[in-house]
Amino acid sequence: MSRARPERIGALPVRGPSLPRRAWNAGLLAACALAAAAVVLPLGLIVAHLLAQGLPALDLGFFLHLPKPVGEPGGGMANAIVGTLILVGLGALVAVPVGVGAGLYLAEHGDGRVGALVRSTADVLSGVPSIVIGVATYGLVVVPMGRFSALAGGIALGLLMLPTIVRSTEEVVRLVPRSYREAGLALGAPRWRVTQQIVLPAASAGIVTASLLALARAAGETAPLLFTALGNRFWSLRLDQPIASLPVFIYDYARAPYDEWNRQAWAGALVLLLLVALVSGLLRLTVRRIPGR
Amino acid sequence: MTRAFDLFYGAHQALRSVTLEVPSNSVTAIIGPSGCGKSTLLRSFNRMNDLIPGVRTAGQVVVSGRDVYAPGTDVVELRRRVGMVFQRPNPFPKSIFENAAFGLRLLGIRDRGELEARVEQSLRRAALWDEVRDRLGRSALQLSGGQQQRLCIARCLAVEPEVVLMDEPAAALDPTATARIEELVLDLKKRYTIVIVTHNMQQAARISDRTAFMLMGALVEIGDTRRLFTSPREKLTEDYITGRFG
Repeated sequence: MSRARPERIGALPVRGPSLPRRAWNAGLLAACALAAAAVVLPLGLIVAHLLAQGLPALDLGFFLHLPKPVGEPGGGMANAIVGTLILVGLGALVAVPVGVGAGLYLAEHGDGRVGALVRSTADVLSGVPSIVIGVATYGLVVVPMGRFSALAGGIALGLLMLPTIVRSTEEVVRLVPRSYREAGLALGAPRWRVTQQIVLPAASAGIVTASLLALARAAGETAPLLFTALGNRFWSLRLDQPIASLPVFIYDYARAPYDEWNRQAWAGALVLLLLVALVSGLLRLTVRRIPGR
Repeated sequence: MTRAFDLFYGAHQALRSVTLEVPSNSVTAIIGPSGCGKSTLLRSFNRMNDLIPGVRTAGQVVVSGRDVYAPGTDVVELRRRVGMVFQRPNPFPKSIFENAAFGLRLLGIRDRGELEARVEQSLRRAALWDEVRDRLGRSALQLSGGQQQRLCIARCLAVEPEVVLMDEPAAALDPTATARIEELVLDLKKRYTIVIVTHNMQQAARISDRTAFMLMGALVEIGDTRRLFTSPREKLTEDYITGRFG
């Protein structure tokens, strides 16, 4: 065999893509960039608008004081900020244990008919409008208790979070590799210990993220609170009494015919946004600390 | 050892009346083409096949004088006596220490000193101690593939099993890491009974005392490794080890 120009191997003449192909490529790239910008833009606009409108009305007093009567300047939403934290906390207390438990069940044992039933129930529940959840909670909790209460509000928010947590937990638990389970079982671990000590920790980051998403969405809900927690212009930490919350507060103040209240509504919206960002930021940091991640 | 052992996945018969004996403190290799049932056989020793829906068995698998498929067998206890190492390294997403200590904690050992001593012992036996002694708190997932596999071996040894099943333990590793695993297997047989499934006939020849050749769910031949590779009794074995099929 002759050594016919071995230097040509690997050095074949390379021509760039044709002009139409390059033009098509550039066009599609531009379209993708535009779509990406269209995603970021609304959020940017919202944040910018909130900052512009909300910041001037925001001062330390806003976080520390209670609402003042109409006409009196100043006053804050201390009760609504704390109220929202309590309501979301109550909701999480209801939804996270139940939701994670149900999600684990679905992922580990949910292949039968019970699993299918739970799964479709969760899907239907996630499609129920939040106002309907509010009305339902009114009937189930407020009427028997005889009054609006923080407890009812928390339960309504919990119901709202539940389906998201159930289905996301199921998804992330299913993502845990089979090999982890096999390794655990092969070491002589009973199934519940494999679930508890291997599967759950391996899925924890995903579960926390999912719960956070649900929490953040619930924190901004107004409709389920209107008939349950109602709202309160005074300081109250009691779970069996109506309680203030930022969304309801914003709803009331934004509709009011007073400029002062409208400005406070903007400030409230900004605080709500910051609150959600803060909580999810903190929890994400905690998750990153989980050993072995 | 097994006696006339059959195993079905639904209607499909994966093992056909397999009878073989595994002497203690030796290495038995199971070779054969893909799908011949060697992994299935291996997983019958610690009943890992139970996890697959639709599995039925007949015949016996006897470990230390007890039929593991007898009714009333404590599967959890069985798996403590019969450890397993998988094809792909599968350390838990925990620290190196916690991986090695996992089985010990299952046994209810809480004493820190005892845990540390036994973790060190098992890591030494798996020839990993010197590489990880100063970073036991780090995530096991940061180790190289070969180190991860030795960690899995250490995790398995920590609970002092009688038998160690290895399902192609070096299949996902590079040649250097493979060589270390092979050395380790030779060392471990002093203390444990080892059954290893491998695709690699050279590996079987290098490390095993006895070799079993399987084909289509049936055991074709079993015998002393050197004898089986040099003068196979069955035509099928000869065809396989000389590369005429497989």
